Amino acid sequence: MSDALVFHFDVDGENFTSAGQASTQVKKNLRQLGLPPDIIRRVSIAMYEGEINMVIHADGGTADVSVTEDCVEIVLKDSGPGIPNVEQAMQEGFSTATDSIRSLGFGAGMGLPNMKRYTDSMEIDTEIGVGTTITMRVNL
Amino acid sequence: MKMSTIRDLLGAEVLCCEENLDHDVFSACGSDMMSDVLMYVKDQAVLLTGLTNPQVIRTAEMMDMRCIVFVRSKRPNEMMISMAEDDGIVMMATTMRMYDACGTLYTNGLIGTAAHV
Repeated sequence: MSDALVFHFDVDGENFTSAGQASTQVKKNLRQLGLPPDIIRRVSIAMYEGEINMVIHADGGTADVSVTEDCVEIVLKDSGPGIPNVEQAMQEGFSTATDSIRSLGFGAGMGLPNMKRYTDSMEIDTEIGVGTTITMRVNL
Repeated sequence: MKMSTIRDLLGAEVLCCEENLDHDVFSACGSDMMSDVLMYVKDQAVLLTGLTNPQVIRTAEMMDMRCIVFVRSKRPNEMMISMAEDDGIVMMATTMRMYDACGTLYTNGLIGTAAHV
């Protein structure tokens, strides 16, 4: 593969039921490319957590996944409220999710830590009132 | 442990993918918090939960889990069953509570998933 393969998705922020569809599709695409199962799983979980976060906190956004010879890169971009304190948000157990989100099985404060855990690098670019872009890479 | 054994131990009703019941699973995880489930990775695992929304299926799918057991008589809707069928994930429902269901499987040899990536 000399050129990056790129997949683009719009993540619907209105519908919790459909959250995760982009991650499901990426998983299928990576399987078709023949990537190792553990790589596919790490990419899928990290992207899924990010997708859920976008739906819960930012009214949706976009997801771009590119596959090169060296890595799988996931870029999640939203126009949500931004993250006031990234260091605090990265702590396991810290969450600003509502009780209604918790009742749906999320909001345990594990989303961002899980995204970091399953990827080789993660960068968070966030600005209050403007939005957040998270770039994650899983090395091949 | 074969999924058919899980069905028998829990007195569970199989809701879909019955054709996969003779497949083996090697570990299990019981939780209603999907982010907790997503912390742990093990091949061919079982998820026990009392949560019934489509994200349960997606979580299992992301984790390559083979089986979901709904405890406390919880039942998934038709959409969830359809999603699980697409992925070949066996779904069961038991009247047992989470603690009892997990304890029954554990004492019969199905271990937990206490290993990080």
